[in-house]
Amino acid sequence: MATTTMTMARALNEGMRRAMERDPKVLLMGEDIGKLGGVFRVTDGLQKDFGDDRVIDAPLAESAIVGTAVGLAMRGYRTAIEIQFDGFVYPAFDQIVSQVAKLHKRSKGVYTMGLVIRLPYQGGIGAVEHHSESPEAYFVHTAGLRVVTPSTPHDAYWMIQESIAHDDPVIFCEPKSRYWDKGEVDLDDPGPGLFDAVVRRPGTDVTVVAYGSMVKTALRAAEAAAAEGTSLEVIDLRGLSPFDTDVMAASLERTGRLLVVQEAPPYASVGSEIVATLTERCFYSLRAPALRVAAYHVPYPASRIEDVFRPSVERVLDGVDRLMEYDQ
Amino acid sequence: MADELVQLLSPEGQRVDHPDYECSLDDTAILGLYRDMVIVRRICNEATALQRQGQLALWAPVQGQEAAQIGSGRALAPGDFVFPSYREHGVAWTRGIPPADMLRIFRATETGGWDPQRYHCNLPTIVLGDQVPHAVGYAMGIQRDGAEEAAMVFFGDGASSQGDVMESFVWAASFMAPVVFVLQNNQWAISEPTSLQTKIPLYRRADGFGFPGVRVDGNDVLAVYEVSRRALERAREGGGPTLIEAYTYRMGAHTTSDDPTRYRVDAEVEVWRHRDPIERVKALLAREHAVRSSTFEEVAAEAEAIAQALRADVLAMDAPPATDMFDDVYAEPHPWTEAGRAEVLAFAEEAR
Repeated sequence: MATTTMTMARALNEGMRRAMERDPKVLLMGEDIGKLGGVFRVTDGLQKDFGDDRVIDAPLAESAIVGTAVGLAMRGYRTAIEIQFDGFVYPAFDQIVSQVAKLHKRSKGVYTMGLVIRLPYQGGIGAVEHHSESPEAYFVHTAGLRVVTPSTPHDAYWMIQESIAHDDPVIFCEPKSRYWDKGEVDLDDPGPGLFDAVVRRPGTDVTVVAYGSMVKTALRAAEAAAAEGTSLEVIDLRGLSPFDTDVMAASLERTGRLLVVQEAPPYASVGSEIVATLTERCFYSLRAPALRVAAYHVPYPASRIEDVFRPSVERVLDGVDRLMEYDQ
Repeated sequence: MADELVQLLSPEGQRVDHPDYECSLDDTAILGLYRDMVIVRRICNEATALQRQGQLALWAPVQGQEAAQIGSGRALAPGDFVFPSYREHGVAWTRGIPPADMLRIFRATETGGWDPQRYHCNLPTIVLGDQVPHAVGYAMGIQRDGAEEAAMVFFGDGASSQGDVMESFVWAASFMAPVVFVLQNNQWAISEPTSLQTKIPLYRRADGFGFPGVRVDGNDVLAVYEVSRRALERAREGGGPTLIEAYTYRMGAHTTSDDPTRYRVDAEVEVWRHRDPIERVKALLAREHAVRSSTFEEVAAEAEAIAQALRADVLAMDAPPATDMFDDVYAEPHPWTEAGRAEVLAFAEEAR
C-alpha cells in the first residue's frame, strides 16, 4: 500500500495531475493558475508540465470562466475551474444556476456538464473582506449541481479526481484554512465514495456532523469532551449534495443526539436541511432536539473577530452540554 | 449611417456596389434564400396565431429580421456550431430543425426542444447574453481539437449591455477564438431604444476589444450572407473573432405579451416596412433573373403547407408525463431528485 504524507494543497495538485494524465480532455482554468500556480499554489507546476492550452490562465471575469467552460463541455472537455476566493464566485452565479445546472436537463441528457468549480471557502485565515465566505448552501439548493467538500489530504486527492470524472457538475468546496494541514494519502485506495459520509471518531453520546474546516474543530471538541466523560461520534459529511443520510441516521439511532457544526450562518443552510431530514427519519430515536452550532446571520465580520463568528471548540462543547441536559 | 453600412441590395431591389464585398450567389441560391425567408415568416405568423388561440404560452416574432438570420445561417458550414438567443427561428430553420421543435419551448411542453448536437445548434437561451461565453468556450474547444470549424453566436442590442457579452469579447480576442458574434440590432429591447444601450454604433465596440466590427444592412440577405461568410472563413482560418452588427428592425412586438404601441410610433414602423427584407429580393429575382410569378406562388404554397403541418404538429403536442421533470436533471441518479419522483408516483398511485 503506497501511502505518503502531504498537505491538502499538494494533494489537490497531485489529484489534478492524475486526472490530466488520465484524460486529455481535462483542462484547468482560472485566474493566476499558470505561472503563479494559483494564489494558494494548488496548481503549482501544472502549466509547465501540461502547457497553457490545458492549464489556462483566464482573463479576470468569473462569469466567462464558467461560461466558456460550459461551451468547452459542449465540445466534450472537462474543465476544472479555480475560483480564486469564495467571495468572487457571485459574478458567475448566473452561469452556474441558469446554465451549468440546467443544460443536461434541457438537452435531455445530450450535453454532459462534467465540469468542476473549485471554490476555496470558509474562513479562519485572518483574511480581508470577501475572502472567507461559506456559500455552499446556494449551490446545494440548486437542482442539477452536486456539492462536495474534503477535509483531509487523502480525500482531497481522491475526491478531486472523482469530481472531474463525474458527468454532473460538481461544486468542489476546499476548506482553505486546512490547505496546509498534512495527512496521509493512500495513492492506491480511494476509500469511500464521493458522496459518502465517514465516521472520523466513533462515540456513543452525541452525533456531531461537520464538514470542511469544522471536522478538525469537531475532533478537537471530541477529545475535550472525552476528558469530561462525554463520548462524541464525529462524522465528516464530505458530500453536501447529496449528503449521506444513512451514515448520519445510523449514528443518530445509537446516540439519540444530533449536533451539526458548520461555518455558514444557520438559517436555510446545509445544517438546517440535515436537522430537518434526520428529525423526520429518526424522530423516535431522538433524546433531544437536533441542534446547530453555526455562524451568525451577519456578513462575514472583520477577521480580527472571526473566531467569535466561526464555531469554536468551546461553542461545540456548549452545544454538546445543551444536548446532554435534556436527559436530566 | 449609410457610408458605414455594407449593402449589396437596396430596399428597391437594386444591386449596390461595395468596395469590399460582392455577391457570390447565383440566381438559384438567391431564390433559395428568398424561399427560406418566406417560409420563416409564414412559420412565425402561424406561431403568433397559435399563441393568440391559446396554443402557445408565448411567442417571440422574428418578422423583419429574416434576412439577418437567413443570410448568416446559410453562411454556416455543416460542422460549424451556432448559439441562438430566443428569437432565432430563422437560424434554427437553416440548421434543419423541424418547426414544431422550435415551438416546444413556447408551448411549454419542454424546456429545450431539439438535440443540439444533431443540428449543431444550441438550445434557445433566454437569459440575455448567457450563450455568448458558451460560443467562445466552444470555439476554444475547436482550437484545441485543431478543427476547421467556427462558432457563431446571436444576441441583440439589448443583450449587448450584458457583462457576459463584454467578457466574451475580451476572451475571444485574447485567445483568438474562432467565433463570429452576430449582433442583431433590431432597434428595440422591449421598450428601450438602442440609444439607451449605446452611444456609439454597436459594431464599433469591437475596436475597443481589438477585433474587426462590421455593420451590415440586416435587411439585405445578400450582404448579410457575404459578410457572415467572410467572417466565418476568417475564424476557421485562425484569424480570430469578428463582430457583425446586423442593422435591422423588429417589425412585430417583442413577444406576444408586449404592446409596442406604448413606446414607438407607427411612422417609424412604416419607414422600415419599405425596407422589407423579402420584397427587395423578390424585386431582384423578378427583374434580373426573370423569376415568374408562378414560382413565387409555388414558394408561398410551400410555406402555407409547412405552416399547416406545423399547426397540426403543435396541436398534437401534449404535456409530457409529470415525472418528466425528474428525468435528466442529473447524469447519475441523485437521491433528492429521485425522492421527488417516488413521491409523485406514489401520490398518483393513491389517487387512482
